[in-house]
Order: sequence, then C-alpha cells, then structure tokens
Amino acid sequence: MSNLGLISCPRLFLYKPGLRLVSAGFFISGSVGGIMEQSVLMLGNEAIARGLYECGCAVATAYPGTPSSEILSSVASIIKQEPGQMHVQWAVNEKVAFEIAYAAAITGLRAAVSMKQVGLNVASDPLMSAAYMGTKGGFVIVSADDPGPHSSQTEQDSRLSAMAAKIPVLDPDSPDQAKKMIKLAFELSERYEIPVMLRPTTRVCHSRQDIPAGAPSTDHRKPGFEKDPARWAATPKFRFHLHRELENKLVDIALDADTAPRNITRGKDSKRAVVVSGVAAAHAKEIVSELGLMDAVSLYQVLQPFPLHTEFRDRLLDTYEDILVIEETTGVIEMQLAERSRVKGKVSGFVPRVGELLPEAIQNLIETFAGIDVTSYEKATPGGRRPTLCAGCPHRASFFAIKKASPKGIYTSDIGCYTLGLNMGAVDTVLCMGAAVGQAAGFYHAYRNEDNRPDIIATIGDSTFFHAGIPPLIDAVVQNIPFVLVILDNRTTAMTGNQPTPATGVGATGEKTAMVDIASLVKGCGVNHVKTGDPYCLDEFIPMLKEAVAFSKANGPAVVIARHPCILYRSGEKAGGKPREVEITESCDGCAYCITHFECPALVLDEESERVAVDRALCTGCGVCFHVCPKNSIQERK
Amino acid sequence: MKQAVRQQIVISGVGGQGVLFVTRLIAESAINNGFRVLASEAHGMAQRGGTVVSHLKVGEFESPLIRPLAADGLLALKADIPDAHLLFMGPDAWAVVNSLAPVDLDSGKRGQQPAAVYHYDCDGLAADIGNVKSANLVLLGVAIAGMSHGDKIDTPLFCSIDDIRHVLFERFSQNKKILDVSVRALEAGYDRFKSMRKRP
Repeated sequence: MSNLGLISCPRLFLYKPGLRLVSAGFFISGSVGGIMEQSVLMLGNEAIARGLYECGCAVATAYPGTPSSEILSSVASIIKQEPGQMHVQWAVNEKVAFEIAYAAAITGLRAAVSMKQVGLNVASDPLMSAAYMGTKGGFVIVSADDPGPHSSQTEQDSRLSAMAAKIPVLDPDSPDQAKKMIKLAFELSERYEIPVMLRPTTRVCHSRQDIPAGAPSTDHRKPGFEKDPARWAATPKFRFHLHRELENKLVDIALDADTAPRNITRGKDSKRAVVVSGVAAAHAKEIVSELGLMDAVSLYQVLQPFPLHTEFRDRLLDTYEDILVIEETTGVIEMQLAERSRVKGKVSGFVPRVGELLPEAIQNLIETFAGIDVTSYEKATPGGRRPTLCAGCPHRASFFAIKKASPKGIYTSDIGCYTLGLNMGAVDTVLCMGAAVGQAAGFYHAYRNEDNRPDIIATIGDSTFFHAGIPPLIDAVVQNIPFVLVILDNRTTAMTGNQPTPATGVGATGEKTAMVDIASLVKGCGVNHVKTGDPYCLDEFIPMLKEAVAFSKANGPAVVIARHPCILYRSGEKAGGKPREVEITESCDGCAYCITHFECPALVLDEESERVAVDRALCTGCGVCFHVCPKNSIQERK
Repeated sequence: MKQAVRQQIVISGVGGQGVLFVTRLIAESAINNGFRVLASEAHGMAQRGGTVVSHLKVGEFESPLIRPLAADGLLALKADIPDAHLLFMGPDAWAVVNSLAPVDLDSGKRGQQPAAVYHYDCDGLAADIGNVKSANLVLLGVAIAGMSHGDKIDTPLFCSIDDIRHVLFERFSQNKKILDVSVRALEAGYDRFKSMRKRP
C-alpha cells in the first residue's frame, strides 16, 4: 500500500482524496478482532463518500451546496484513484440529480444523491413521489443541514422533509458514524424498498476524524428494470395503494432493531432521561461524562429520528418523569413523543429554536435539567471580519460597473459568491436560486404604473443561471420585461469549491463533457440583446451595461454576460494578462472612497499615515482599482 | 508510541490565510503519533475573507467543538483576534500570535493573561523568504519553537518540528516546489524564533 518506502503500517494511514493511501510509518497496537484496520484522516463528507464507494453505490449525483459539496467531489477523487464502474456526476440542479440517481436505483442498482437542505426543496417534487413508489436497489438521499446558519438561507430541518415525504432519516453524530450510516441506509432502503435519507449537519460534514477505510464492495450488480406501470407510472388510484404500502413500511421500520436508539448511560433513578441525536449527541456524551452525570441521568441517542422507534417511545414515556430532547434544528423527535407535559425540547421552548446548539448551550441545558449549578459563559461581543469578495474577484468589477451604469437601480441578485456584492450596495435582494430573474419581473410589474420607474438590474452566477434561471428568463421574454440580466460567468461554481458548470466542459472526475454556450442559450430563450464582455476591462464594460439598460427600456429584456474566470479556479480558463503592480500615489488623502465603494481586501486604510495602502499578500494585480479612485491616486507602477 | 495526550487547540484567522491547512497538518501529525483526532472547520461563505476559526481536539473526545474556557492553546494568524476566539482559552492556555508588536490578551472579557504568549511577525518573515502566503507555516514553526522555550505550560502543543516536516513530506511528495517552500517557511519560523529567544 505504501508507495513511499516508509515502514509499512497496519493501521494508520493518511487518506487524501485524489491521492493514494499513504503509510504514516508508525505502529500502534490497535487491532480489532485480530484484523488490522487502516485509519485515515477524513472530512465528514469524505467519510460519506467513502461509505458510498465501499457500499457499491453505482450512480452518485449531486448539485453542490455548503455543507454538502465535498461529498461528490470526494467520490470523484476516490474513483479516479480506484477506478470502477461507478457513474459520478454534478447535475444541473438537485431535482435533476435526484431523478438520475433514483432511476438507477429502481433498476436494482445502488444509487445516491447529495445536496444541501435548500437543495432538497428543489428536489422535493421527486422526493414526495419517490417515497410512494419506493425503490429496488438501495437509494440514499444525503441532505446536509446547516444550523447556525453558517452558509445558508435557512436553518430548515431536512428531517421534517423526510417526515413529510414519509421516509426514514438517519442523523449521524460524527464523520465516523456518518460513514457507518451510509451502509445502514442502503440496507434499510433495500429491506423495505424505500428511499432513505441521511441528514448530516455542518459539524459532521466539516469535521475531520481518524476513520478506518475499508475495501469496496465486491457485489457487482446488473441493472434489471422490471416494468410495472402500476408502480413506476402510477395513476392516482394506484397511488392510494402505494400510500397504504408506505404507511405499512413505516410501521415495520419503526421496529427495526438495526436503527433502534442506543442507551449511552443508565441513570440510577428513573426520573430523568436525556434524548439526543446528531451532533448534539456528540456534544452531550462528552458533557454528561465531564459533568459526572453518568449516574444521574439516562442518556439515549436516537439514530433514526423519523420514524421514531415505537417501543423506545413507549418505554421512554412509561419510565421517565422528565424527558429532555436535544436535537437540531426542529423538534422532530420531540413531536413524536406524546404527553408533552413531561417532555422538554424545541416545541416546549426549553431548547432554543433558533441558531446552532453549541456545546456550551447544551451543557447549560443539561445542567438546568439535572438540577445542578449552571456554568456561566461570557457572551462574546460580535466582532471579526465579514466575508467579502476575494481580491481580484471579477464580480467586484461587475458590481462596480453596474453601479456606474445604473446608480439608482433596483439590484436583484442570487445565490453564490456574488451575494457578497451586497457589501458594495450592488445587491438588494437574495431570495433563492434563480429568484434574481423572477424578482426582477415582479419589481417591474410593481412599478409599471409609476411615472419614475427604476432601472432593474439582475445579477446571477453562471451555475445558478443553469440551475434555476432559465424558466424565469423565458417568462420575462414572454412578458417583455424591461430589465438587464447580468450573468456573472466565472466559468465555475465558485462559492462551493469550484465545481464545473454545464459551460465548463469538464465533469466531476475531470473528464471532458459537452459544453452548453450561455449566449446561445439566452438567445434561444428569445432575448434579442445579448452581449458578452470582460468586467476587468471597465472602459468597455461600463458602456456595454449602459447600452443594455437603454435597450431594455425601449425593447424588453437585455442580457450582458460578464465573462472572466474565477481567480480561485486555477485549472480552468486562463485569465490572461500579466499582474499589474498597484501604486498609491502621494495624492491619496485617505478619503476611503475605494474601501467603501470597491471593498477590495487588498486595499487597506493605514491608520498611521491616514492613507490607503496595498496589502501585497492579497493583491492579485488585476488592475481594476486603477479606475476607482476619484482623485486618480491608485495607479499602475511603471 | 508517545504518551497519550488530550488537548484542545483553537486556530484563528481570516479566510485565505491557511487556517484549515495548519489545522490539517497538526491533525495528521496527531494521527501519525497514534492519537485520535476531531477537528472542526469553517467552509463556504465563512471562507471568503471573513473571520475563520477551526477547532482541533487531540485525544479521546466525542464532540468536534471546543467549549469556552476549555482550549489549551490558541494559534492566531491575525493579531486582531475576535473576542469570540479569545473566550475559548482556558486559564492555563498558551497563545501564539502573528504580530509585530506584543499583544495584550488580558483585555476584553477574558480578564486574565494566558500562561504564555508568544508573538512574532510571521507576515514579515514570510515576505523575507519570498512567499507572503506562507505566514501560516511560519506561525506553526514559531509555535513549536515557543513550546520548548522554558515557560511553564501545562499542555504544550504535542507535535514536534519533525512531526510536521514528516506530514509535509507525505503531502507534497509529488510536488517538490511546494514542499521546499513549505518546509522552508516552517523551519524559518522555528529557527528565527529560537535564536531570537536565545539572545540576552
């Protein structure tokens, strides 16, 4: 296994996606039942990917979204190193990703789709229906939640969607458990012919842990789609029967021993029980042990929050007087416990309903519940830096140009790095994927009877445009909406880690794919004014935007494609041009116009000299800032 | 195999400074030493130049997060450390800060000075050795040098300069250029801080 000529190591290996397993060169006495296992440092999402690979998943699809993105890219890395028959792809959106993987599963193969929680909203149409029809091969939906939220529009709980769809959901507490639960999910899915959800949260996806990496499955199945229109193309009459079957499956699933809750500690009296799931379980296990409450409370970990195991539910309510449920982000387990008077949780208001349940909060909840002294923690004063577009980001140039071309417009925008255009006052609305276009139309209609109608400039990223921007653009063409759509085409899905878009021409494993040309697509939607420009060249780009605004007012929708590759996407299209050295001239009086209106992290106000300085570590030499200073104090050093 | 350790380290900085990279290096050196590891990272929106913090727990733990007052050490890639990150530090914690000037970690809500605070101009040294982006590795070198400085530290950073060098060799065995730059930054931080401290 070792290619480095180091001491061959029985247990400890460093695992890096895209690289081989590398021996760490140390022996430790960690053998399990005589069989030595290889432990490697894995990100939670890599652990999930490894689980899919080891379980013989034949088709894995996804649309990127934090905190789920590294799942599919890790699968791709694994199969680049250990080639097999697996199909791995980024799909244009979560709905399409779901449908591709689901179809593979109903042929009897194992398949999985991964996404973030708001992506599950996009895929909820096939989800609800697939629950009724069920599956043949194991079908796992990984929907990653983001309590906090750290990188999301909402703190919604995917387990509620599983409940709405009536499918089982597993809630891992760690990367290690997430990997084990992938296996459990496939088994459960095949045992009951039902889609199964794995719901990790940010703290699982983005934690790293030493985890044993196992061998891939040797079960090589052949697809065998059995035509059964009453199931796979069911009319409402048959859907009624499928619904009844689904309800019956849930009854059995709530009795399955494999997913039954675990008893972590058994308190001496039968008064108090703490029920935990997900990463709250990891926090609680450590806290209960550190507080010395092992004998004082009984701690139970729920692996499958829905459907809650019926025997567990009954025993819990029969045994304990006082029950605390700690889970993220909604009271899904709590809602399934009758006799609310004895249950404390999210629904009762004992556990905060909003925000991430940090371990210190969980400690305070358990202390209060156990009737011991409550540790008081200082609240930090908010501070630190807000996120901003990278130095050299082409979006910054686009937003600067938009504000020059239409200073008083309404700026609808969308989901991606460019949401950060709000720091520059160039983003007024962010609703959900694709809404920049639909909202632009709505703003036009709202103001249509006014004398002074504002310009409407919508911004949307290339990947987001493909994902959900096309139907509303068609709608805007049909309604002849006078607005400008700026497609921020940086050739990649940047915010989530530079995944390809349909215009990139590269697939998940780096394989060549067909390319869809954005300008042709826009023209095909019926837009008559389509221009492509490089936002770095502000001298040309600002007039191009002004022209589009004038066209839209007279004729309807206009599209400008702001094309310049993301500075973080090194392997992609080259940006061209040499870096230009920035010089702040003597004329700078520290007015900070550039910092407020351009907000490049490489331009900093030096407090001592009260002048602007260039942070050479961050400056990429894009030279866009030469256009920014009203006093012309930012110049190229010749 | 080394003595079992149990330590919690907070690594603070802003997006783009390489907070996650330093976290991974230390985590991998822990695994190489036969210790269990749990680390928590910030991804996505948080990485775009905003404040970034990662938590690293080495030894037997269940939770990936460090509670306030529980950290044994703080590595700070920015001298301007947010209050929220300082509050993780326990009463006997050490801190290593990328700063030209001495830092006062007593101010604010923490209310007490850490057991040991080392500061060093890692950005300056990184620029001197021709790679401004390597301040993270310089800081790690400084931290390891600081641990052997002689101050009474209850839980000094467990890894040695050789441990980290070994991890870098494993990671970049295919890319000699990056390997050389990384090792040079690590060693520069370690050597300069050591020699600076030796002077009377």
